[in-house]
Amino acid sequence: MIQTEDLSKTFGDFVAVDGLNLQVEAGEVLALLGPNGAGKTTTVRLLTSVLRPTRGRATVAGYDVVHQPQKVRASVGVLTEHHGLYARMTGKEYLYFFAELYGLKGHTAHHRVQALLEQFGLAEASHRRIGEYSKGMRQKLALVRALLHAPPVLLLDEPTSAMDPENARIVRETIRELRQANHTIVLCTHNLTEAEMLADRIAIIRRGRILFNDTPDALKRHLLGAPVFELRFAQTCENTLPPLPPGVTLIARGPDWVHLRIENPHQSNPHLLAALAQVNAPLLSFSELPRSLEDAYLRAVSLEMENAHATN
Amino acid sequence: MLRTEDLQPVWIIARREIRDQFRDWRILTPILFLTAFFPFLMNFFAQQMLDFVRRYGAELIGERLVPFLMLVVGFFPISISLVIALESFVGEKERGSIEPLLVTPLEDWQLYTGKLLSSTVLPLLASFLGMGVYTLGLALNRVALPPFEVVLQVFCLTIFHALVMVSGAVVASSQATSVRAANLLASFIVIPMALLIQGETAIMFWGRQNAILWWAVFGLFVLAVLLVRVGLAHFQREELLGRELDTLDLAWGWRTFFQHVRGEARHLSDWYRVEIPRTLSHMRWSLLTAAILGAVSIGLGMHFATRFPLQLDLGQSQVNQRLAQLTTLWPLGSPYTATAILWQNLRALLLGAVLGTFSFGVLGVLPMLATMGALGFLTQALSANGLPIGIFILSTILPHGLFEIPALWLATAATLEIGLGMITPQRGKTFSAALLASLAQWFKIMIGLVVPLLIIAACIEAWITPRIAFQMLFR
Repeated sequence: MIQTEDLSKTFGDFVAVDGLNLQVEAGEVLALLGPNGAGKTTTVRLLTSVLRPTRGRATVAGYDVVHQPQKVRASVGVLTEHHGLYARMTGKEYLYFFAELYGLKGHTAHHRVQALLEQFGLAEASHRRIGEYSKGMRQKLALVRALLHAPPVLLLDEPTSAMDPENARIVRETIRELRQANHTIVLCTHNLTEAEMLADRIAIIRRGRILFNDTPDALKRHLLGAPVFELRFAQTCENTLPPLPPGVTLIARGPDWVHLRIENPHQSNPHLLAALAQVNAPLLSFSELPRSLEDAYLRAVSLEMENAHATN
Repeated sequence: MLRTEDLQPVWIIARREIRDQFRDWRILTPILFLTAFFPFLMNFFAQQMLDFVRRYGAELIGERLVPFLMLVVGFFPISISLVIALESFVGEKERGSIEPLLVTPLEDWQLYTGKLLSSTVLPLLASFLGMGVYTLGLALNRVALPPFEVVLQVFCLTIFHALVMVSGAVVASSQATSVRAANLLASFIVIPMALLIQGETAIMFWGRQNAILWWAVFGLFVLAVLLVRVGLAHFQREELLGRELDTLDLAWGWRTFFQHVRGEARHLSDWYRVEIPRTLSHMRWSLLTAAILGAVSIGLGMHFATRFPLQLDLGQSQVNQRLAQLTTLWPLGSPYTATAILWQNLRALLLGAVLGTFSFGVLGVLPMLATMGALGFLTQALSANGLPIGIFILSTILPHGLFEIPALWLATAATLEIGLGMITPQRGKTFSAALLASLAQWFKIMIGLVVPLLIIAACIEAWITPRIAFQMLFR
């Protein structure tokens, strides 16, 4: 649904996006993670045919971003970094205005606007001027604008940044529903928890280049090593630990717990449990230690900095 | 081919913005004031002035004051169009509300035209309303109304004033990232507009104003079309979002200019062998236009010489006396004369380039028109007075003209290119980059061809032409 090859954009001497290769399938959510100025917004602008690539090519919903810009923009819904609402319009007027620009007319426009206003809890406020809306309401309205024409591709920049937990949950649910309905979603965010919750794949972008692009699990494994499991015992486990199977390494221990790095849990865990049962180990719990995407992200960034330093 | 459905988005954009203007008291209040109150004030003023000038038998001034005041009544509300346009273009950019529009399937020209329309409609309506109220006031006060033709001229001037200001504001907006910066740049619109109004006022109070005012209307129309074209050329998504800072970058400016002057050449010979022919080939349409304009000017000059014949005394004693005067002023065969000729020619071409830059190339053709027109006029006038024209051209014009006329032709074409560079869409180039590229091209032609040709021409004109002329004409 989205495909880029060596996509690059420079502004004078500044390289904003450098040789981006991406492929996002229909029904997939890709989270684009990166610090400010990493090139996320420029990437979104390139994918919406707002900017013209300096090098490389990209297709969105099957349309070339350079040669079919109108078709690309008609197939994409964008939640921009700045919501850019018109304060003197009412919510409803604003949505009808954009519905018309997207070619929705009459009953279709009315039905679509009404349904989305209901879905996002904005129906009651829709007759009020946008200037009177709270930050969260404005963000929801901007999101509704992006969804108006039911585009197959959605590019969402920080979709829940200004929302309270309740509204953020509604938006996350909507994103999940859209994914199930086979929409392709690119999520630009700093919210790593949200990215982990929603994204099928995560691309870490820095200085215009993709550093890593994989599933959250694979990314963590790649950047933080094999998963670590914690075993807790009912009593001291000094003498109750059996010989560890191959691929399992003891990395830390306490009086009644151990942390094991397990290279291939699917293969090793049944053997490990069987060995523990054989020695009658008083096992209380056996669980994977949660590793945050934040750790993986920070590791990726520090690795890139080390590489850049080494190159210089 | 433009289809009706292509215009639909233009109207959607314009309608939203007009509705928004009707909700903004900062726009409505001055418009209401200028349409409901100001015309009555002007009526009162007109009445007082008419009474005053009548006492001194200067009815003519009063007669011409009435349409002038109508122009003033019409101009004040449309001055608001500048503010609306700046707000609509750069204001949206500053608030970030332009980006959601840019990601819709709208084309750049649709967005631009919609905004252009919305910025002009309300001030123009207010302007027409004000002029209507003013006219009604005149009728109620039993003041003689201006002739219909003058009223029509005032209406046309008002429409084009609005278009010029709005399209100028778009160009200013394309160079600014904030309303504040755009307001500063707006002085480049306000000051010329003020001068323009003064010029139009002078024409209105001058005799035979009708015919001249139509020329002013035509000039404004051309300017409006050119400015709208410049706006269209530079209202690009890329440029709207690409510009983030208003900092003056002299290093970038110099680099861009120098790169365009040098092109891909590594040596001077390369430059003459590759770059100059490439630039000339790029300029071919401007060269053709300049050549046609030159030919037309000669024709017009000859036509005017026939229409307004001159009786010249070409007797030997008279000519000798004139030549003596001339040689005192410009000693023949002197480096001073050659330098003065060169400086005079360069000055005229530089002035043409400056005028051309500020008028999108239009006024840059003046040196060509004036020179070739004068040449046509002179040859025809002399011929009518019995001078053998072939010998005259061969002896007094051709020797240095062989270099000077091509130099004039090339410089005129290069100046036309400056204007073309500004009004032609150039993807990926900002307005400043496009202007710098055009100026660099002009500089390349001037330094590479025009100046050397003018130096040769000046030397010939100072040392060789007079000798040939004396030999052939005054044997």
